[in-house]
Amino acid sequence: MAAGDDDAIEFIDVHKWYGAFHVLRGINLTVARGERIVVCGPSGSGKSTLIRCVNRLEEHQRGIIRVDGVELTGDLKRIDEVRREVGMVFQQFNLFPHLTILENCTVAPIWVRKTPKREAEELAMSLLARVKIPEQALKYPGQLSGGQQQRVAIARALCMNPKIMLFDEPTSALDPEMVKEVLDAMTALAEDGMTMIVVTHEMGFARKVADRVAFMDEGEIVEINAPAEFFARPQHERTKLFLSRILR
Amino acid sequence: MPTPANAAYVRRTAAPALPPPRLSQGAIAWARANLFSSALSGAATLALVALALWALPPLIAWATTRAVWSAPDGALCRAHQDGACWAFVAHKLDYLRYGSYPVAERWRVDAVEIVGAALIAWMLWPRAPRRGLGAALFFLGFPALAFALLHGAETLGLPLVDTLLWGGVFVSLATALVGIVFSLPLGVLLALGRRSSLPIVQAASVVFIEFVRGVPFIVVLYMANNMLPLFLPSGWAPDRFVPPLVGTALFAAAYMAEDVRGGLQSLDKGQVEGAMALGLGYWRTTRLVVLPQALTRVIPGVVNNFIGLFKDTTLVAVVGMVDFLAAMDNAFKDAAWSGPTILPTGYVFAGLFYFVFCYGMSRYSAAMERRLAVGRAG
Amino acid sequence: MAAREPSRSWLANDPRARGIVTQGLLAAALVALAWMGWRNVVANMQARGIPMGFGFWDETAGFDINQSLIAYSAVSTYGRAFWVGLLNTLMVGAISIALATPLGFAVGVARLSPNWILSKAALVYVELMRNTPLLLQLAFWYNAVLKTLPGPRQSLSLGGFVLLNNRGLYLPRPEFAAGAAWVAAALALAIVAAWALRRWARRRRALSGERAPVTIAALVLVVGLPTLAYFSAGEPIGFSFARLSGFNLAGGVQLHPEFAALTFGLVTYTAGFIAEIVRAGALAVPRGQSEAALALGLHRAQTMKLVVVPQALRLIVPPLTSQYLNVVKNSSLAVFVGYPDLALIFAGTVLNQTHAAVQVMAITMAVYLVISLAVSFSLNLFNARNALQER
Repeated sequence: MAAGDDDAIEFIDVHKWYGAFHVLRGINLTVARGERIVVCGPSGSGKSTLIRCVNRLEEHQRGIIRVDGVELTGDLKRIDEVRREVGMVFQQFNLFPHLTILENCTVAPIWVRKTPKREAEELAMSLLARVKIPEQALKYPGQLSGGQQQRVAIARALCMNPKIMLFDEPTSALDPEMVKEVLDAMTALAEDGMTMIVVTHEMGFARKVADRVAFMDEGEIVEINAPAEFFARPQHERTKLFLSRILR
Repeated sequence: MPTPANAAYVRRTAAPALPPPRLSQGAIAWARANLFSSALSGAATLALVALALWALPPLIAWATTRAVWSAPDGALCRAHQDGACWAFVAHKLDYLRYGSYPVAERWRVDAVEIVGAALIAWMLWPRAPRRGLGAALFFLGFPALAFALLHGAETLGLPLVDTLLWGGVFVSLATALVGIVFSLPLGVLLALGRRSSLPIVQAASVVFIEFVRGVPFIVVLYMANNMLPLFLPSGWAPDRFVPPLVGTALFAAAYMAEDVRGGLQSLDKGQVEGAMALGLGYWRTTRLVVLPQALTRVIPGVVNNFIGLFKDTTLVAVVGMVDFLAAMDNAFKDAAWSGPTILPTGYVFAGLFYFVFCYGMSRYSAAMERRLAVGRAG
Repeated sequence: MAAREPSRSWLANDPRARGIVTQGLLAAALVALAWMGWRNVVANMQARGIPMGFGFWDETAGFDINQSLIAYSAVSTYGRAFWVGLLNTLMVGAISIALATPLGFAVGVARLSPNWILSKAALVYVELMRNTPLLLQLAFWYNAVLKTLPGPRQSLSLGGFVLLNNRGLYLPRPEFAAGAAWVAAALALAIVAAWALRRWARRRRALSGERAPVTIAALVLVVGLPTLAYFSAGEPIGFSFARLSGFNLAGGVQLHPEFAALTFGLVTYTAGFIAEIVRAGALAVPRGQSEAALALGLHRAQTMKLVVVPQALRLIVPPLTSQYLNVVKNSSLAVFVGYPDLALIFAGTVLNQTHAAVQVMAITMAVYLVISLAVSFSLNLFNARNALQER
């Protein structure tokens, strides 16, 4: 099947350098609409950099990245277009501490999509209900637990009605007992058909939810396959080594 | 070639690390990012470069090529009014360093400065052995030594030198050092007092600290100068140096107390709990566990205090002490050296002196802070 | 089984008893020290014939003050001299704060600029201000700059409106004729209208999401209405300019070189410190905040306004207020340039003439403390209202 307009994200021979350090080495990846990709790998492999290139939080120096048909260049208008359609959830949540939960969720729709306040608030409340914390709407982020904050972060990103959601190690900063509630929210999102790229170490989630699992090491995608095959019969030496360390 | 969606894939050949593309590295890339990243930025760059080219060469010429470097009196400087008169500074250098201290005894001032510098270096050098000993010598022994040498002691065969004759850099240094030496123990006591659970102790500390910090240094000096003689029993006339030094010490102590308090607060509560669990009492815990750690964290703050205090010593001239700046002002009055370039030259020299001294100390303090941060994180 | 009572320890080992004894001793020592000191003060003052009360307040001062906001002459009382000094201190403090803040913010923003030259130029400015004593800077401005200006006859002039010479800076003095009240009323009306416009626009945006060009409209109002009133009332506001009459200048508003030097020095010096505070505050906002805002689709400007600046301001305000306090305290350096502020007039001249050291110093300290406490209090209020809510 050739790459076409039906694809959400295309990476074509993408290279990135931090100074002299070659962090992304020839990435070729196509993500179809509605596809769920989980990216795993050792730290420093470039996985975070990869997804941060999708919404231009990082700039690539060579190759082509297309998001929803729009090519990412230095053009600010295009970058804004892309960022409206791509939502991101960060490892450190990055909620705005001086705004309430509700205001966190409504600030972007009001100021970017020019949604009237009431409409934005209704949308926010419905999404907060979807991640199961509507009662926290008027509290401040500092008053919530880590798991609750991350779920708010998911709701906040969803308030912009994105076509693609990026997750950068969403559960790595959480206490173990809160990991499940966040993964449940992400699973529900996946079941609703959202295109997702998730960088994570949670292999259980990958097995259950992912369409493909990718292993990255030293700036390249070493192996990518459907989860059943990926976990049962890893083909590359490095993949086998990594999996043996991670799956105890 | 782009990979089709939903495809499985295994990489067979490892991707080599390539050097980055030419345009994204090197001087041109740096210039594009840092100097011309936008139209506004480029305009600012051009404007600033133009300004520098217009303003800097005349200033540099004034200070170097057109300056008068040596002359017996001001005549040559009056003849060359487009350049600095460094000859003036060279001529007055001794006065700026010693004031009117008798020439035969100036070795005493030098000795005090050298010993003091050595002790400070010993205390502050991160890898010096037995820094505690250095600190003890500095805080306990050095003041006595300095007093004996500077003031004189009949019993040691050192003739007395009236404080009226003291002036110049060593007065600035002495005032700042007295401030630090006496304010550190006093500041520690005040900080402990402020954190104490005993209400009277805490109230007394808070009142003192907030009183002193709420008032300008000049007012503290006025207070010390006017009221100290009144508070002492008649007949105890203190030397003219003592009230300003007392004022400086008390002023510095209040600010030091706040720095030490910050250091104490940043200490992990678990340290105190661990010591208490071992059976050490309040004073032993404070002495053996809390203070050593808190004081190390406080060193950058202390150095910053010293820098501030050194700049503030310029204010003691308001009660008649001749510090470096006052000495410079006195030097300006020499009729043999009058001329329009004298004042700017003198002020530029003074500015350079203070800048080099203070900037150097602040670099040291920043380096110490970095080391401490690393030590703590590791 | 009945619980056993913990045995009472020795009084000397009971922490509460020890605490009470320690405090008692400390209080007794402080009281004794204070009493002895006070006895000495009284004895010494009586021996030197210094009055103990505040009677000097109503005595004739006998000295002149060349810059005063209220009427004062050599036959005014010491009490009046106090008020002149206090007002001068507050005036130079307020003006310096008003000028230093925008300059400091500008330099701080320049420090944060991605333009390398701009950032380094700001760095040089900040380090220069922070590593040289304020007194040196004041001496430089006063002696090396202002005193070297030409005399009144050869004044430097800016189009004839502003004159600069070694007697001071001469600005145009506004003179208000009968119709001036209309202009003032128009200005007040314009401000109220602009504020109401903003509220209406905000409500409209909340309801429909559309934005109106409020800022431009407000600007037009605030500038246009008073100008309209000015011309229709027959140009009731005139200016008198300083003009040479004899050997001196008459007319206009004269800012003495002492005031100018003190203000200049305070403004440039404090701006350096404010710049560092602004920079530290902006850098302290985690980068993730602006990344999250950008990822949501907000522009750079919106990210600054909605996410970064509110958080940075929270961090900037406390150290900024203590810098403001420093400005007021540093204004006491007026004694070195001869500007008649509270320290020079009251703690200097009045104290020297009356020898009422204790009373004068007590009043002076009280004034500065009141200012200091007022600022601390408002800062605490601000912090309490704007603190980030935590668990």
